[in-house]
Amino acid sequence: MRQSSIIDIISPIMAGPSSSHTAGAVRLGLLARNVYNAKPDKITFKLYNSYALTGKGHGTDKGLLAGILGFSVDDVRIKHVFETEKAKNLNYEFEFLEDFNRHPNAVDFIFEGGLNMTVSGDSIGAGEIVLTKINNFSVNLDGKYNTLLVVYEDVPGVISAVTRIIQEDSVNIASLHCDRSGKGKDASMCICLDGELSQHCLNAVSELKNMYIVRYIKKLES
Amino acid sequence: MENAITTFRQLYFACKASNKKIYEAALDYEVSKGEYSEDDVRVQAKKSLDTMKEAIKIGLQSSEPSPSGMSGDDCNKLQLRFKNSPSVLGSTAEKIMTYALATSEQNLRMGTIAACPTAGSCGIVPAVLIAYAEDNNIEECGQINALITAGEVGRLVSNKMALAGAVGGCQAECGVAAAMASAALTQMRGGSVKQIINAVALALKNILGLTCDPVCGLVEIPCVKRNPFLAIHAVTASELAMADIISKIPIDEVIDAMEQTGKLMSPLLKESSQGGLAKTKTAIALEKNILK
Repeated sequence: MRQSSIIDIISPIMAGPSSSHTAGAVRLGLLARNVYNAKPDKITFKLYNSYALTGKGHGTDKGLLAGILGFSVDDVRIKHVFETEKAKNLNYEFEFLEDFNRHPNAVDFIFEGGLNMTVSGDSIGAGEIVLTKINNFSVNLDGKYNTLLVVYEDVPGVISAVTRIIQEDSVNIASLHCDRSGKGKDASMCICLDGELSQHCLNAVSELKNMYIVRYIKKLES
Repeated sequence: MENAITTFRQLYFACKASNKKIYEAALDYEVSKGEYSEDDVRVQAKKSLDTMKEAIKIGLQSSEPSPSGMSGDDCNKLQLRFKNSPSVLGSTAEKIMTYALATSEQNLRMGTIAACPTAGSCGIVPAVLIAYAEDNNIEECGQINALITAGEVGRLVSNKMALAGAVGGCQAECGVAAAMASAALTQMRGGSVKQIINAVALALKNILGLTCDPVCGLVEIPCVKRNPFLAIHAVTASELAMADIISKIPIDEVIDAMEQTGKLMSPLLKESSQGGLAKTKTAIALEKNILK
């Protein structure tokens, strides 16, 4: 497990009042935005459990929306995000739900548009977050690493083909998380990286056979 | 890793071996992990310090209510009181209490704060550190060293338990903040490594069992007023430690006890708002008014 650093303890600098319910919400929004990587026609935020129950008092709804709009956790506009031009140009709605099979601070982002996508995540405390699902694939994205996300057809050799391309960029792989919906069906890979991937390398991965989605998700700055 | 510092005992020996201050040994270790440079840590400490000062400045002048309407005017009231009737503890203590309230109230208003270690406990470290620095002409570099000392304390506690009310109750949030503040204060007063570590042990020992039972599930009641209380708690710990009073239970064992206490604490009292203050008659009535 990654040890915390002094920097983690004396930060983040953030809009209050709650690291899990406000800053965590912004970070979930930012990371989901990086995953979707396009302007959706509509986005539905489904807030669960504690997020649903105490979210309004903590500005969780504002934080999630601010993150989707690309605001950082210390952006002074978060408090009035609903009134910003950017928010007014986005079609969005909130749902507040209860589901005790989910984390106390869970959220689904349902993107509709050119591509429909559901991204789920949890705020796990002290501003730390994790995206747990993209559509029906389990993933493990915490925003701390640049990550290559690949959804592909479950055929032999894809993992080695992708990792070989990464090797050509001389980038070290910090962790690799794989899942699939069933044998020979859709599969996914989350590859956390210690460095930066080149566009050349991303193109090479995209050009591989059997690819459905290739996303390079940059680590969160704050 | 060689020469890892994951306990206070290891930190003490690292300082002793090279005759270093806690912030120096902490920075050496941080750099040795390879993720951050000394400059990265100092730059973040300066940013956090500037944010803390700004939050205090704005908070002292504001009486804007929180979104729930339950608080926002207490710092104002305390300042008025001290204008006419000085605190029995003296003028630095007045500053500490008002700065802690100012920061916590700014946090509620969705103002910008530095979570140190968490947002709910964000008033404690700045209040103690900045009030003392102002009244004793501690230069910025000394303040940054004090904040790094505090950060190292939080880091070592967080190696044993998550700094989250949902995991360890408020002892893991405001309690740890008070321990961090006592370390920063003792550092600024020229305390030795041993005195700083004892201040931390004394501060933590005396908040064991502190629950997290926020009314309506909001970081508000009792969190806001708990910040000035635990800021003064940090000063007491530093005073005792500066007198060479020793915690008979060594700090690493105190942290073990704290972790165990957190595990034994009912989930009803760990940020779930299912017990304690959150389930009082008045809290339930407030909940009906606010969450609708």
